[in-house]
Amino acid sequence: MRYDVILIGGGLSSLVCGITLQKAGKRCLMVSAGQNALHFSSGTFGLLGKLPNGKEVSEPIAAIHKLGASHPYSKIGGGKIMEYAKATPQFFADCGIELKGNRNSNMYRLTPSGTLMPCWLALKETTVFPSRKERLRGRMLIVNFAGYLDFNTDFLAEGLEKMGVSVSRIADVKLPDVEHLRQNPTEMRSVNIARVMDREENWKQFAKEVADLLQGEEYVVIPEVFGLADPMVCEWLREMIPAEILFAGTMPPSVPGIRMQMLLKRAFVYAGGTFLMGDEVLASEVSEGRARSVRTANLGAIDVEADHFVLASGHFFAKGLLSTPKAVLEPVFGLDVSYPADRNSWYDIDFFAKQNYLGFGVETDQDFHPFKDGSPVGNLYVIGAELGGCNSLFEGSGAGVAIMTAFRAAEIIMNE
Amino acid sequence: MQQRNISFNNFEQCIKCTICTVYCPVVSVNPAFPGPKQAGPDGERLRLKNKFFFDENLKFCMNCKRCEVACPSGVKIADLIHSARRNYDKQFPELRDVVLANTDLMGKFARPVAPLVNSLISTKPAKVVMDVMLDIDRNRAFPKYQSRGFRGWFKKEARAAQDCYRNQLAYFHGCSTEYQHPEVGKAFVQVMNAVGWGVRLLKEKCCGVAMISNGLWSQVARNANHNIAEFRKAVSRGLPIVATASTCTLTMRDEYPHILGIDNADVRDHITLVEKFLFEKLDAGEIRLVFKNDYRARIVYHIPCHMEKLGWSIFTEELIRMIPGVSLTVLDSGCCGIAGTYGFKKENYASSQAIGKSVFDQINALSPDFVCCECETCKWQIEMSTAYKVFNPIVILAEALDLEATAAANQPR
Ligand SMILES: Cc1cc2nc3c(=O)[nH]c(=O)nc-3n(C[C@H](O)[C@H](O)[C@H](O)COP(=O)(O)OP(=O)(O)OC[C@H]3O[C@@H](n4cnc5c(N)ncnc54)[C@H](O)[C@@H]3O)c2cc1C
Ligand code: SF4
Ligand code: SF4
Repeated sequence: MRYDVILIGGGLSSLVCGITLQKAGKRCLMVSAGQNALHFSSGTFGLLGKLPNGKEVSEPIAAIHKLGASHPYSKIGGGKIMEYAKATPQFFADCGIELKGNRNSNMYRLTPSGTLMPCWLALKETTVFPSRKERLRGRMLIVNFAGYLDFNTDFLAEGLEKMGVSVSRIADVKLPDVEHLRQNPTEMRSVNIARVMDREENWKQFAKEVADLLQGEEYVVIPEVFGLADPMVCEWLREMIPAEILFAGTMPPSVPGIRMQMLLKRAFVYAGGTFLMGDEVLASEVSEGRARSVRTANLGAIDVEADHFVLASGHFFAKGLLSTPKAVLEPVFGLDVSYPADRNSWYDIDFFAKQNYLGFGVETDQDFHPFKDGSPVGNLYVIGAELGGCNSLFEGSGAGVAIMTAFRAAEIIMNE
Repeated sequence: MQQRNISFNNFEQCIKCTICTVYCPVVSVNPAFPGPKQAGPDGERLRLKNKFFFDENLKFCMNCKRCEVACPSGVKIADLIHSARRNYDKQFPELRDVVLANTDLMGKFARPVAPLVNSLISTKPAKVVMDVMLDIDRNRAFPKYQSRGFRGWFKKEARAAQDCYRNQLAYFHGCSTEYQHPEVGKAFVQVMNAVGWGVRLLKEKCCGVAMISNGLWSQVARNANHNIAEFRKAVSRGLPIVATASTCTLTMRDEYPHILGIDNADVRDHITLVEKFLFEKLDAGEIRLVFKNDYRARIVYHIPCHMEKLGWSIFTEELIRMIPGVSLTVLDSGCCGIAGTYGFKKENYASSQAIGKSVFDQINALSPDFVCCECETCKWQIEMSTAYKVFNPIVILAEALDLEATAAANQPR
């Protein structure tokens, strides 16, 4: 079995790369095991929120030249990043995902704990503010589902009041189908509620209840559990509820992130790509500086060959990297990973401090070819969270690195 | 200290991420169903403490396995649910469920009077009777029974010719090929013969998937043991066991050990699906396919749930894409809602159609020449709910192949 390109991983990076290549006429196979970071997405993309020294960035593209040479952005170069940044909104729109934001400057998203964090682009429905100094005037109602604990209304109230608004009330709504879920309290989670709320009679009923609760408040905050199947529901809620709606993120899993994942997967399959959901690459063959084939759990003894391979298998959480007491490993190809020998420097016992292990990753050359036992693998590309050279969580650059390296690898493959 | 913390059904691996819930087709249409996480790993924890926690509503699970495919931790959610039904549900199945579950017995009774049965079950009064007395939904279109089955045809028309092939395989045709769609079996024999493989039939019994759904536990165990014994005989004679139905294949490979606790380890890897079999032989250069020059078709491929679980749709895609003159679009995978006998039941009819809507809408929007699908119950559902015909990939291949030229190309040199 032979493909032009085999992509390993089914997250943001793999999907962006695979859709680009498949649309350019390459025959692609994508193997996707397990969970990816989109399931935790805030509904926004970060390109660069902070420099490695901790200084906040307001114009991310303009700040790229301040990054070190091993940073993935530095390998791509400012000019290319600008070009890919321009193409990003249209790319996502073609997949049915509408983004908002000005690509040159950061916006601020509302976190589930009521604080503001920089971001670059956002889903159309997500609540963002143009600046940290944004003021909200008037009164606000915060609405939750009775018994839903993954939406912290007190934190949100405290955070939003700092923006000048006065939270007049926090109220619960009860809908029969959600009450039904509550019989098993562990089922009161974002996606369970979202699936109930996909039904027209339920979101209409919710809108009506919220409209009845309003006593002239200018704003109403509701949890982001609407529009899993169809984001138009968010627009219809705006029409039915006579106050400005701020959708606020919940604890994971993220409903908008999962929708994004489903739409990207659909775009890949519709473009003609083959997507193996729930399958895992278990082994690979590399010889004479080239990757030759892989084997997967479901396809058994068949060697699946390709001209190019893209490794987008994520970071520790996605099992793209594994650690033992002594070493950090990349399990599929056994690639060289950069990390310090002294294990004590891997982490900080202060959980909220900068964690060095989050910056570990596969080493690559300028074109994202990795090394195996010190020699480059010429037809293999490593993209997304698997890469070393940056601490995305600290910098707020996760989605940006995933998207930019995906576009870059696709372009190199297409030019070969 | 507990040394091993992973049980047979690995429910402890659940990280409570709720991803399974996103992909469960029943959750969005039936509020009474507790959902995969609660019905599976969460419920198991409680059931192990006390069987009192067994929830009747587990019966709403269609066993489509989409939750398992989506679960990042590899929890065998549907196996947990159906093992729980097997272990704790002491209710006796009702008459309707026994009737629906016995796909082979039903076929045996119906066949001698097939024309009569077909016209009877499609008449309004009969549908009302079935609806009222048996709770089989009156809106449901019934598949037609054939008066001459596949085995009868094989014995008369094909068996004698099989000895001349240098390679031999055992064919598991399944109930739908025998009773409703003998054309699938005929196509299988034609294609296999063309590529130089002779076909043997087994003394097979229904794989029993519908008995699992309907709780006929002792009956399905009998069938499973019978089939596995037959497979052992075939394997000892060096015959691979090849099937044309994805659900039978999954059931015999994985449900027998996982839900029924029947050990099939010695034969499991010899049970395969025709698309995988053909592809592997092609890939290894052992066989060749020659297609007609003038075959043209715009095909959409609906991946049945159990094909998704097997992870083998890639073989069908590859085979169909080999046909010159074919354009193939793969649907965004989703359940068609029939799930074997599930959609036949009156209480499920509405949710069954609601579940399938996304698949029907996609097919209607793409307006293909026809739909490709390995599962015959999906076929009934899609043909009833859209304006399009559905064909098993082997039927499509038989039609698109130049069988004579293929046979010539596969002559031993
Ligand atoms: C909790 C969390 C929240 C985040 N929030 C944001 C945010 O709000 N904004 C932002 O910009 N960024 C955010 N990020 C970062 C950013 O989303 C990720 O860096 C980015 O999405 C990574 O995409 P990826 O495709 O590289 O990797 P992943 O999304 O991790 O995908 C890797 C995939 O590869 C699969 N895989 C691994 N091994 C194999 C194998 N052997 N065979 C087959 N498949 C395999 C995994 O199962 C997984 O599906 C967040 C990250 C996390 C973890
Ligand atoms: S997807 Fe798997 S790990 Fe996640 S809640 Fe469901 S069973 Fe548990
Ligand atoms: S097998 Fe299908 S119906 Fe049953 S819980 Fe899993 S996804 Fe839902």
